[in-house]
Amino acid sequence: MSLTKAPPQTSSPRRDAKPEQSDRMVAENRLGRRLVAPALLLMLLVTAFPMLRALYLSLFQYSLTAPDDREFIGLSNYLTALSDPLFWKTTLNTVFIMIVTVGVELVIGFAFAMVMHRVIFARGLIRTSILIPYGIITVVSGFAWQFAFSNNNGFVNSWLPFVDETFNWFDGYSSSIAAIMISEIWKTTPFMSLLLLAGLAQVSEDMIEAAKVDGATWLQRLTKVILPNMRAAIMVAVLFRALDAYRIFDNIFVMTAGAYNTESISFLTYRQVIEQFQLGIGSALSVLLFLSVLVVAFVIVKLFRVDLAAARQES
Amino acid sequence: MLKNKIGLTVGIAFVLAWCLLPIAWIVSLSFKSQESITVGNPGFLPADGTGAGWTNYHDVLADEQFRRAIINSIGICLIATALSVILATLAAYAIARLEFKGKKFVLTTALVIAMFPVVSLVGPLFDLWRTIGIYDTWIGLIIPYMSFTLPLAIWTLSAFFREIPWEMEQAAQVDGATSWQAFRKVIVPLAAPGVFTAAILTFFFAWNDFVFGISLTSTENARPIPAALSFFVGADPFNRPASLLAAGAVVATIPIIAIVLIFQRKIVAGLTSGAVKG
Repeated sequence: MSLTKAPPQTSSPRRDAKPEQSDRMVAENRLGRRLVAPALLLMLLVTAFPMLRALYLSLFQYSLTAPDDREFIGLSNYLTALSDPLFWKTTLNTVFIMIVTVGVELVIGFAFAMVMHRVIFARGLIRTSILIPYGIITVVSGFAWQFAFSNNNGFVNSWLPFVDETFNWFDGYSSSIAAIMISEIWKTTPFMSLLLLAGLAQVSEDMIEAAKVDGATWLQRLTKVILPNMRAAIMVAVLFRALDAYRIFDNIFVMTAGAYNTESISFLTYRQVIEQFQLGIGSALSVLLFLSVLVVAFVIVKLFRVDLAAARQES
Repeated sequence: MLKNKIGLTVGIAFVLAWCLLPIAWIVSLSFKSQESITVGNPGFLPADGTGAGWTNYHDVLADEQFRRAIINSIGICLIATALSVILATLAAYAIARLEFKGKKFVLTTALVIAMFPVVSLVGPLFDLWRTIGIYDTWIGLIIPYMSFTLPLAIWTLSAFFREIPWEMEQAAQVDGATSWQAFRKVIVPLAAPGVFTAAILTFFFAWNDFVFGISLTSTENARPIPAALSFFVGADPFNRPASLLAAGAVVATIPIIAIVLIFQRKIVAGLTSGAVKG
């Protein structure tokens, strides 16, 4: 290909034929915008518009069971939500789930990535298997784990030596939340490990070899060479998974339906809007949920100093 | 050296057990009989005399609501995938190939939407869909599915398109091909695998959705399979029919497993390029 002339593309010199080039740029600009417009419009239609609508509805006392009594009440819904201990309880619970699951996933996912990186003979088998939890419907994995932990027809109790056969996991906060988190971790660790594997592939083998020659131990190679060099990949994986974990809903819905304070902030919002038809306070919760996701994203980006643009231009 | 090998083997065994154990469990559960489950039949495999053969599968497939849900899911997800991939291809082509203002905006918007808390949209959409009359219809789910799969498809595809040596198109033209020929014979075959990967990931995403499925439908008109499974109660509403549900879950999982088995390589490439390279 190197023999053919470079196409008169964006990279070609623009000096000599200015008017023609700028025409071309105008046309390119227009074409580009036309091509992205349908996708952009659709995305905004389903996110920006409902979000603005939620912002509007959140200022009303509005219940679908009595739609005619809709009444403007300003920020009262927000005050109600923010002064309700339930809101804080669910938020704390969500943050707790997020921190624990992402932390555990990071460790196990990294171990998985190391295995996948090294493995030669069973590569296809492993990669196929790792996609199964990723692809499976969360509701199905929720059921699988719920039944697994059940003392009526599960197997977990008989496999765990320190647990009584009749122990009911879904009869209290800590064991229920543990079951929920295990289900969540099972399902999403593979995704984490695939992201980390891609990061691992970008660490140069030469550097690891050099460290080996210099007498670095395995632990030193890991902490001084491998991990620092895949920092960007780790941060992207953590950011993605944390925001995903913060939205946790399916597993809780299936496994406990929010019993024993296992509700997440998503679940609380859903309950207000869809089950109780309280669109006013529900919309306020929707807005708060959205804002808290922004806060989480902001904190992670600041905490890890993620530079998404830089992380994404590595290739 | 030997120590390394043992470690690796243990690692492989652990990864495989991790991935496959819950699947094996739900399959095993689906072959246990209803009666034995209600009485209480703990343990991984069906105990002697508590196997049910294919009864649960027969019952599930004979269930009208379940069949409808499968059809809904397949139809809705396929349509959403096709439309989403078409729009994403246009957008990704523009992003990878053209210089235009607003490119960054599109990518940022896509990223933000990918991280959006779905539940916070459900209320307003629920209200709006009822007003304009697409609540509990296929189209009422296709639109949200599209908007949520677009970011993923756009990121994956634009990463993929960026790697295509576009000069080859010009080279073909220099060699005497018309621009349409050059595009069709050179670029389309190069782009096809990427588009296909994006389609698979999009389909996964849509097939997996739960929040929209339970919030924007109320009957078997449009209720997709994850929602139908969660509302499945069976004859005795106080006793969840675990083995029947397990059979339903297996049926709903088969399409995913089939896709994974066939397209494993492409999926891994697509997932990692979209998320890490971008």
